Amino acid sequence: MKPRVIVLRAAGSNCDVETKYAFDCAGADAELVHINRLKEKSVRLSDYQILAIPGGFTYGDDISAGKVLANELRYGLADQLTEFHANDKLILGICNGFQVLVKAGLLPAVDFTKAQSVTLTFNDSGKFEDRWVHLRVAADKCVFARNMPASVYFPVAHAEGKFVVHDAGVLERLKRNQQIVFQYDNPFGRVEYPMNPNGSVDHIAGICDPQGRILGLMPHPERHIDPTQHPQWTRLGAAETGDGLPLFRNAVRYFTD
Amino acid sequence: MITRIELAVKEEFYDPEAQSIVAASRDLGIDSVESVCFYRVYYLLGDLAVAQKAEIAQKLLADRVVDNVAIDEQLNQCDKEAPHWTVEITYNRGVTDLVAQTANKGIKDLGIAEIQEVKTARRYEFVGKLTGDQKAIITEKLLMNKVIEHVLQPDETIFFPTREVPFEPVHVPLAALNEQELQRLSKERDLFLNLQEMKTIQTYYDQLGRDPSDVELEMLAQTWSEHCSHKTLTGLVDYEGKTIDNLLKQTIFRVTRELDKPWCVSVFKDNAGIIRFDDTDNVCFKVETHNHPSAMEPYGGANTGIGGVIRDPLGTGLGAKPVMNTDVFCFGPVDIAHKDVPKGVLHPKRVMQGVVAGVRDYGNRMGIPTLNGSIFFDDRYIGNPLVFCGNIGIMPKDKCEKNVVAGDAILVVGGRTGRDGIHGATASSGELHSESEGTWSGAVQIGNPIVEKKLVDTLLKARDQGLYRAITDCGAGGLSSAIGELAETTGARVDLDKVPLKYHGLTYMEIWISEAQERMVIFVPPENVERALSLFAGEDVEATVIGHTTDDRVLRLYYNGTLVGEMEMAFLHDGMPRLVRKATWEPVITGSDELPEMPDLNEALNHILAAPNVCSKEWVIRQYDHEVQGGSVLKPLVGVKNDGPGDASITRPRLDSHRAIAVSNGLNPKYGLVDPYWMAASAIDEAIRNIVAVGGNLERTALLDNFCWGNTDKPDRLGGLVRAARACYDLAKVYKTPFISGKDSLNNEFQNDAGETIAIPPTLLISAISVMPDARKAVSMDLKKAGNSLYLVGRTLDELGGSHYGDYLNIVSDRVPKVDPEEALQTYRALLQAMQEGLVRACHDCSEGGIGVAAAEMAFAGGTGLDISLQEIPGSEVLERDDIAIFSESNSRFLVEVEEKNGQRFDNLLSDCACKKIGRVMDNNTVKIRGLNGIVRIEQDMETLKQSWQKTLGW
Repeated sequence: MKPRVIVLRAAGSNCDVETKYAFDCAGADAELVHINRLKEKSVRLSDYQILAIPGGFTYGDDISAGKVLANELRYGLADQLTEFHANDKLILGICNGFQVLVKAGLLPAVDFTKAQSVTLTFNDSGKFEDRWVHLRVAADKCVFARNMPASVYFPVAHAEGKFVVHDAGVLERLKRNQQIVFQYDNPFGRVEYPMNPNGSVDHIAGICDPQGRILGLMPHPERHIDPTQHPQWTRLGAAETGDGLPLFRNAVRYFTD
Repeated sequence: MITRIELAVKEEFYDPEAQSIVAASRDLGIDSVESVCFYRVYYLLGDLAVAQKAEIAQKLLADRVVDNVAIDEQLNQCDKEAPHWTVEITYNRGVTDLVAQTANKGIKDLGIAEIQEVKTARRYEFVGKLTGDQKAIITEKLLMNKVIEHVLQPDETIFFPTREVPFEPVHVPLAALNEQELQRLSKERDLFLNLQEMKTIQTYYDQLGRDPSDVELEMLAQTWSEHCSHKTLTGLVDYEGKTIDNLLKQTIFRVTRELDKPWCVSVFKDNAGIIRFDDTDNVCFKVETHNHPSAMEPYGGANTGIGGVIRDPLGTGLGAKPVMNTDVFCFGPVDIAHKDVPKGVLHPKRVMQGVVAGVRDYGNRMGIPTLNGSIFFDDRYIGNPLVFCGNIGIMPKDKCEKNVVAGDAILVVGGRTGRDGIHGATASSGELHSESEGTWSGAVQIGNPIVEKKLVDTLLKARDQGLYRAITDCGAGGLSSAIGELAETTGARVDLDKVPLKYHGLTYMEIWISEAQERMVIFVPPENVERALSLFAGEDVEATVIGHTTDDRVLRLYYNGTLVGEMEMAFLHDGMPRLVRKATWEPVITGSDELPEMPDLNEALNHILAAPNVCSKEWVIRQYDHEVQGGSVLKPLVGVKNDGPGDASITRPRLDSHRAIAVSNGLNPKYGLVDPYWMAASAIDEAIRNIVAVGGNLERTALLDNFCWGNTDKPDRLGGLVRAARACYDLAKVYKTPFISGKDSLNNEFQNDAGETIAIPPTLLISAISVMPDARKAVSMDLKKAGNSLYLVGRTLDELGGSHYGDYLNIVSDRVPKVDPEEALQTYRALLQAMQEGLVRACHDCSEGGIGVAAAEMAFAGGTGLDISLQEIPGSEVLERDDIAIFSESNSRFLVEVEEKNGQRFDNLLSDCACKKIGRVMDNNTVKIRGLNGIVRIEQDMETLKQSWQKTLGW
């Protein structure tokens, strides 16, 4: 059975189609669903195995990135989400989806009552930037990152991607629990701007929950599925697949293996 | 009751907005600004309890990790001991406040129903000693644009009660007016109709035996405006003793008709031109300008420019899914001193920053990659910048035709109607002047990309379910233009009181001609209305039935049941008198200055690489999401560090296929000052050779034209346009590349306060789109590997007219680059064959800055050196000097990298073309170029050249 993926749309989601495509390529059965369908209960979250919140600018990112959608989840769908996670299912948030996960109370751990402890704020460069970044992968904890190579190449495209923590203790716990999955990297030297494209603390690009079943990341794995998406494929030759595909395959295998 | 909530980034976090204000103040020459604190302010109207205020602040507005927040008091993050000054800026009444709208939703989502309205403001606190003058400069030049914003005063009313205007049908007495009075009426009502047109209208209403209503007159002015009717290009032109009957028909349309390509699906009749993509889908392409709004409010102007052009493919056939944006800008020089900027004009740097931000925010939020563009700088664009926005869409083959029949419901879908953009269509047909920023504020607006994104998503669903029979966009002219055009063959009844409004107080006339953004009109069969309404409601998109189509070819407008306008479609669309214009053309520049002694060409090359029109545009490109939707195959920045200048971009509109589209542009106003014919020829050649350079498909390449010209009432301006249009015919005919869509924007002139009129240089943008069977054959411009051979393809001639090297030497020359399209076509075909066979490792076209710039760019993009010699290159027999050989901007040329082992096959394929092996890729960092006799003329470290190229706009 192919695992069913709900790619959650809201006003301003815009990476939904390619996120669905990535899951379909990885062997899932992905569907685009508007959040209104969940609110009116014509679609039930419990019918799916994987929830993906795609990139975009939900509600224009007005107020702050992902905030309004995050509140819709936190104050409207908390019970369904708690149950979804408790039933050993997977949640993925990419870019705007990552911003939503941390503001909704799904990362660094599922807790809708506690105040937010991490956030994604304005890039140090002060502007939206689209560029490719090398990422160091810590594959141990997170379901999505299992057996991935130690280094992958994905694009980032955001204005609010700087990962910061409320206090030093938060960062300490993330490290101790091995929740830091992706870090910006420079295979050739020191990691500074633009290799770390936004000024994130500890070069953090993506984190998971303590169980490793919720992943949020700023870079876009769904934009590196086909080898011709690599910015240098005309130099290096086309690889067999893009670096992003294994991430989606891992999610599918969690239910098929 | 009003609540004020203020937020700021905590002191320990970096605040990019505050920092950018400090830097920009110093840019203005005000060094005394020590630091800036920036506060986001929300005003909330409604009877909120203390706990509710706290809830709104903490749960919605503030991010606990990074923000400080204060309720009903000011935050205080500046050093109050030091001299400081605070100023708060807010939007003018009626200007769309997107964040406020979202905040309103977010507050209601929290279950707080007491909220009535939200408004936002920005407060800045400056530390440092500032004079009154300096404060005024900072406020006006940095913090706000008075067209849409103002400084909030302590006692200012923030929320206004809405008020109804009493309904009163207005008629405009015409019958008794003499010629002078008719002209005065046209001017007073901003109709921009000429005397002949006013008289035609007068006669028509005389025959009807009544006066026109205000809305009828406005409808005529809008439909007959230059913007909507293209009356100059389709009118009669006296030129060289002959009358040209419809210049467009004689040139651009004609070449498309004669070429008669079976893959041209719909050309020059719908909102965008449609060509075949594959067995199941077609693609369509449209490029528009939004010049005058961008001059006054760069952010909003460009924002709504891109928003507007996205609705063109969406309104083509039964609607296309937007897959790619393009943008091309022409600005004044960004390094001009503030004192040299004419009164009433924004500084070019501010215009550029605003325009880029406007395109960025709209395109990125819509999730449409911006993949192709260029920027051109010239003094004459200071008062009248040009902003070209393009969009490409994909649509199923069976969704390319509209079917307009009587009896269908007319729905307006998407945004609400407000007073924004009243008179955009007519005003854009007039000239800018130093008072424009005051008088035109109604024509300026800010887009809402999220509303448009929702509109696209739901309309495409409705399209696929077959719920409507016809669709068009509300662009210039609003509902008047949309319904007036779409229902031309049937007629329609519209109830203007049914149109959903942003706020009370609009008259029926304003509702009809408002250019509020993000609206589309669809014609829905009665049996589908309910399903359509429920589909839109399901994703929070507003859709409203406002009338229906009829069968008598009359447009009737009602307000509260009263007939307020009645217009025969025949008169509206065919009643306009044809313009007769005179055109003359004489070369302005004749002959060529003597060349001075040859300077150090290393310095010249560095200088040209740093020229604003050549230098890296990475600062702009990176701010656009060029990879959303996942299709990009060749990105705008290429090479070993992803920062070299790609020739054309390639994208796959369908993720499950490697079929792709390549998109490029050509623009060269400098040549137009010598001869618009060769400017147009060069622009077409440039667009096409960029397609060739990336391995595109010449057999499936189509063109778009966008003419931006000065006032064509002046015969010399129109004469240049005639020459350019003729070149379009001549070149497209030989290249077999049909035109599929186009647009013109005339009257691009600026009158300064001394009364002098400055026209833009004649500017023709050519955009090219090519359908490639297999994106995996694409070629990029960065050098790949040391040891590979380098070839020069194409003929180099003594053509320094309008060139960068000519500018560098400060010489004037009429030897503008020409095109030999027959020879070029043969070369292009041979080169594309070599690419199909996989023989070409890199290819870059020679354009601005000639061989020198092309070679340097290929080297630093590839991160490797090269050594080439121009001995015996094709054309060398007429070349007298090395600098001409290196910097001449002759068209139809490429530098090509080929592996040694493929050299012979490459030679064979290009044996009938002008082609010469000139050197090879080196395993070092040096760009070495030898002249016609083998003497080394350029020897530069590639990193030095790259720095020159990157520093100019490395903001």
